[in-house]
Amino acid sequence: MKKVSVSFTLNGDPVTAEVPVTWSLLKTLREYFELTGAKEGCGVGECGACTVIVDGDAVNACLYPVFEAEGKSVMTIEGIAGEDGTLHPIQTAFLENNGVQCGYCTSGMIMSAKALLDQNQGPMEDEIRTSIAGNFCRCTGYVQIVEAIEMAAREME
Amino acid sequence: MIDYDYKKPESLEEVFSLLKEYGPKATLIAGGTDVMVNIRNTKKAPEVLISLRGLKDLRYIKKNKGYHIGALTTHRMLELSELVKTELSALYDGASRIGSVQVRNVATIGGNICNAAPSADTAGPLLVLDAQVVLEGPKGRRNVPIAEFFTGTYKTVRKQGEVLVEFQIPAEMGHFGSAYWKHSRRKAMNLPILGIAVSLKLDDETITDARIGLTVAAPTPVRAYKAEEFLKGKQLTGDVLKEAGKIAASPECCSPRDSIRGEAWYRREIIEVYVARMAMLAAEKIKNR
Repeated sequence: MKKVSVSFTLNGDPVTAEVPVTWSLLKTLREYFELTGAKEGCGVGECGACTVIVDGDAVNACLYPVFEAEGKSVMTIEGIAGEDGTLHPIQTAFLENNGVQCGYCTSGMIMSAKALLDQNQGPMEDEIRTSIAGNFCRCTGYVQIVEAIEMAAREME
Repeated sequence: MIDYDYKKPESLEEVFSLLKEYGPKATLIAGGTDVMVNIRNTKKAPEVLISLRGLKDLRYIKKNKGYHIGALTTHRMLELSELVKTELSALYDGASRIGSVQVRNVATIGGNICNAAPSADTAGPLLVLDAQVVLEGPKGRRNVPIAEFFTGTYKTVRKQGEVLVEFQIPAEMGHFGSAYWKHSRRKAMNLPILGIAVSLKLDDETITDARIGLTVAAPTPVRAYKAEEFLKGKQLTGDVLKEAGKIAASPECCSPRDSIRGEAWYRREIIEVYVARMAMLAAEKIKNR
């Protein structure tokens, strides 16, 4: 299978991946860069477990051809904590509000929340719910997750 | 094993020459939210995917003697545009209800229309906004009214060598009010059981023009012409709108089928009710402006 060389910024660092042309961004992150925070749930853009941020916008990495990442800035859950390991305020808020149960949806939830809060510092509850409407949680329901994002929004103001 | 090559041209000329080179072995890909899912679900891939995302100047929403929307404009751009929200409300209603934010950030309006699903959420709005589809090929451009664009389920008049480049919406549509209702079980992440779009032009309380677009009500998105004709010249009253809903739901205007998402009789009842409700919403938009 034909390989491509794709260069982009990954969590702030310039990187180049040599991967089969048919790979998605998700497969490249997980299998080439071994960043397994973004998950494959459905693989067809329904569940949001693979959500990453590309040039400031949340996208489903499973549907994103790696080819299209050329020159882009990609951020994953591995890139949002501080260099010294200090958690991002959204991560802290998820912990404090019990926004996590099995954890499978969590990295996608947090990346969707981050894309929202980076663009909208004072979101209303319905804006928060819209921002995570593409992230399925099958454990907790969404109340604690929404509360966590509300708390993070207050912290980040 | 799924195998394909991927090309990312940077100009339309390059796209045309690639389309000529590969012919039917090529598939165009814009946001990819339909194409990538199709490849995965069917395990069938074209020999080559030709990405349109390198054509950066096809992303725009402009107003000058009418509205111009570039084919690669994402649903998220439409959702966030004040112009679309206030002047082309039905399109806002449709674009903001597709998939999730993640999907809307990449999925394009051109892709939604070229995929030609009977359920396409921007199709009903574009029908009632009387949009023209601009197709470009190596020999130049041609305009096709959106009502003539769909020829069957997942089929359109676009020829293999052509690219959908723009939607044009006449300026007078700005004086219309329009609204779209996506009838679905959840508020997000699903396909409509039915889509109902209505646009109206009012002179005081008299309906001077009306358009009704239905999706998932026939093999392609359709206009309910008989119901539109009935409305023209009538007063905007509950009884008139109710009658228009009845006509729109009749076999003269649509042919919904039984499917996993809903049965035909149910779809007809929803058309009857929601044509009237969307007409009321469209009228409110005119009065509020």
